[in-house]
Amino acid sequence: MKSIPVSTTVNGDAVDFVCAPGETLLDALRNRLSLTGAKEGCGTGDCGACSVTLNGRLVCSCLVLAAEAEGAEVGTVEGMADHDKLHVLQQSFLDHAALQCGICTPGILVASKALLEENPEPTDEEVRYWLAGNLCRCTGYDKIVRAVQDAAAKMRSA
Amino acid sequence: MPDVTPLPAATPIRMGSNAGQPRTRADGLLKVTGRATYAADNHPAGMAQAVLVTAAIARGRVTAMNVEAARAHPGVVEVYTPANRPELALEPDAKPSFFSKLTETLQDDTVRYEGQPIALVVAETLEAATEAARLLAPQYAAETARVGFDLAPYAPESVGFGFPIEMSKGDIAAGLSEAASTTETVVETPPQYHNAMETHAIVAEWKDGKLYLDTPTQAPGMSAAGFAAWLGLDPADVVIRSPFLGGGFGSKAAVVGAFLLAIQAAKLLDRPVKLALARHQMFGHVFHRGATRQTIKLGMDAEGRLTAIDHHTTAVTAAFEEFIEGASGAARTTYAAPAIRASHDGVRNDVGVPGAMRAPGEASGSAALEIAADVAAEAAGLDPLEFRLRNYAETDPMSGLPYSSKALRECYAEGAREFGWAGRPLAPRQMTDDAGMLVGWGVGTATFPCPMFGAEARATLRADGTAVIETALIDMGQGSWTAMAQIAADSLGLDVEQVEIRGGVSDLPDSGVAGGSGYTATLGLAIDNAGGDTIRQLAEIASSDPDSPLHGTGNTRVVARGGRLYAQDDESRSESYADILARAGRETLSGEGKGARGENDANDHSFQSHGAVFAEVKVDPDLGQVRVTRLVGAFAAGRIINPRMVESQLSGGMIWGISFALHEGAEMDPRTGRILNRDFGEYHVSVNSDAPSVKVLTIPEEDAFVNPLGVKGVGEIGVTGTAGAIANAIWHATGKRVTSYPIRLEELLDL
Ligand code: FES
Ligand code: FES
Repeated sequence: MKSIPVSTTVNGDAVDFVCAPGETLLDALRNRLSLTGAKEGCGTGDCGACSVTLNGRLVCSCLVLAAEAEGAEVGTVEGMADHDKLHVLQQSFLDHAALQCGICTPGILVASKALLEENPEPTDEEVRYWLAGNLCRCTGYDKIVRAVQDAAAKMRSA
Repeated sequence: MPDVTPLPAATPIRMGSNAGQPRTRADGLLKVTGRATYAADNHPAGMAQAVLVTAAIARGRVTAMNVEAARAHPGVVEVYTPANRPELALEPDAKPSFFSKLTETLQDDTVRYEGQPIALVVAETLEAATEAARLLAPQYAAETARVGFDLAPYAPESVGFGFPIEMSKGDIAAGLSEAASTTETVVETPPQYHNAMETHAIVAEWKDGKLYLDTPTQAPGMSAAGFAAWLGLDPADVVIRSPFLGGGFGSKAAVVGAFLLAIQAAKLLDRPVKLALARHQMFGHVFHRGATRQTIKLGMDAEGRLTAIDHHTTAVTAAFEEFIEGASGAARTTYAAPAIRASHDGVRNDVGVPGAMRAPGEASGSAALEIAADVAAEAAGLDPLEFRLRNYAETDPMSGLPYSSKALRECYAEGAREFGWAGRPLAPRQMTDDAGMLVGWGVGTATFPCPMFGAEARATLRADGTAVIETALIDMGQGSWTAMAQIAADSLGLDVEQVEIRGGVSDLPDSGVAGGSGYTATLGLAIDNAGGDTIRQLAEIASSDPDSPLHGTGNTRVVARGGRLYAQDDESRSESYADILARAGRETLSGEGKGARGENDANDHSFQSHGAVFAEVKVDPDLGQVRVTRLVGAFAAGRIINPRMVESQLSGGMIWGISFALHEGAEMDPRTGRILNRDFGEYHVSVNSDAPSVKVLTIPEEDAFVNPLGVKGVGEIGVTGTAGAIANAIWHATGKRVTSYPIRLEELLDL
């Protein structure tokens, strides 16, 4: 089998791995780098469970080839907390009970972080539309919006 | 035996300091940091990856597969087809456990539904297995698929999990013929697929004669026993690890063939094997909510009081296996009438076996009955809420038994107040907003029963005064890691921080079934009893120890609080758990508990949770587009252990109601029997931008009869009532009565 060497940065750490040509970034993260925070909910770009950032841009890692990470910066949920100190969004999701089974949560946190970096003061509607591609079958969404807005307010006043 | 008792056992509802608190999720930290491990996150050394190959026809036979090409693909380890299928200890059609349904383990070349397993490919990598699966290129001899309702109906054996197909009381014919007016409403509900965000997955590893499975299950004990039966193992040799489920909703309780294949592959290949279903494979092999066509005839007197409810459901089941959606059950539990009939028949389609999906029976049944109630209210010229109050069931509509508790009236009142229902125009199409959208308001009644399934737990006090609870607890998101710790802490007189919960593994005391909204009540009671048993033993030790300040507490009672036992009549006499244990030379002290419904309880009372859901929709008169703009749900579900988790469960359930009303439904191709929308691109579930701000009210309700904890359950009731409330709001906005779910804009284009 052909294999492709990839040098990339994941959550600020330089990482080298070897992947197959058809391998997704999601599979490489999960199976080669043991970063299993990103989940596969569909594999077709419809659910957002696999959300990561690639050079700061929010992507579905199930639709990105692992080889595309060459020279790029990848951000995953594992990189959100600063060691033991949770990211404001993470704490806010806990406080607002914005998660239940939690399988969508890593993707939603990554997507929310990307939103607030681009738009620190979103309206509820902007939050809802930005996160429309992150399916959650459990929570009912409202608490997610509250959690993001609360975190946004805290981040603005920080 | 010293006659000391711990906390007064006769008091049915004890409010300790832990239960009732909005404690944040115990497993939350793991989940927000991405460290919670779900089944598919496991990757034992030497693991091979399996890919399931599923049928692309709905009925017929597989005539050929290019096994050679698949085998020759680099990295492929093995390809399993009916030709080399691994032997099972049971006949393929055995159904070893209560939840078992006929399943497929490559027993032959027959295809009985689209999405049925027809081969399993195992390879070094997922990519290699996926490519080899493609190379198999199955050929089929397809037969005409049976699709839809218009087939000869048959009388099923039972409905849901063993209910009779028909229940009735009173004279239906008289109730209808002597009525001042009658209405007839026919409602269709589509097949819906659970689609938990985590697809079904398993990592199977054989080690030292034992089988270790990382797989999500809602019933660890029953699943372990089921796997053991199929594989000819001692159940003690099957260990299922299932600490977190990425949602279940009823689809993860039974053993399915795909998992058996992965396990056998692991055995034959002598290495761990992982199989995760692809999203499109969630549409077939792992159950669904079967489609229904419901005909509801209502008779009323001149004041709008029901004289008869005749609710008939035709449910679609599989051609080869039966599960009948018990939708007519809603007629038995919702409104009062002198004559009620709830009946079912079935039609057989070439689909996978239906099963229990969140609020089985009631979700579909209430979605239809609530439309029918609205039609009747309109015919009677009554406000829909007034109609529901006039037909309020003071006792169980079918059995006549008193309710163990029922605060539905308060739900109606509080929900209506919060929503601002008063002043709603009676006639439809009276309200518009500034943008010219048609605005409508609807209401629906929510009900769901309160079953208990049986569970066991062990509580152990440790020398340092802390405790551990052991039970095969699972958490599919409902918050059991959190709520059970609160119940445990109260039963042990400890702070919740001092209680460790050991769960998520099947080789602990059986936690029963997380389903049917019965888990908190059942497992909670088992834990409460285990804690109580432990404290009782501790009190015995202290009372019979001459050196204890509690010595000879005799007939007086002791109270367990804050890690100490106190003499109830003299709180100056007390001793810490740690001291009692230390003097007795005990490292640990364990008690056991079971949770189950009292044998005769169900003969004395009817047990139901209740609620009222109010919906506002806005409909675009030109485009037919519907948006739910407000949703208020008021629910009475007994004692609430953790308001934060409960609110989440209820609002999540209500969003399922939106999904039911507006989005979800598998589209069957009538020519081929295939599902046309087998992915999240086309099988729509409600997304964030579909959801309004949801207001959940929990109405206080004390229940001294449902179980000693007074807990009823909240997992499913949010779904019921909501779909009907939305359908009714659409009628109120537009004047158009749509009776087929999901309600899509094409139904509303001619406004
Ligand atoms: S797994 Fe990538 S979008 Fe669903
Ligand atoms: S919390 Fe379960 S899918 Fe979002």
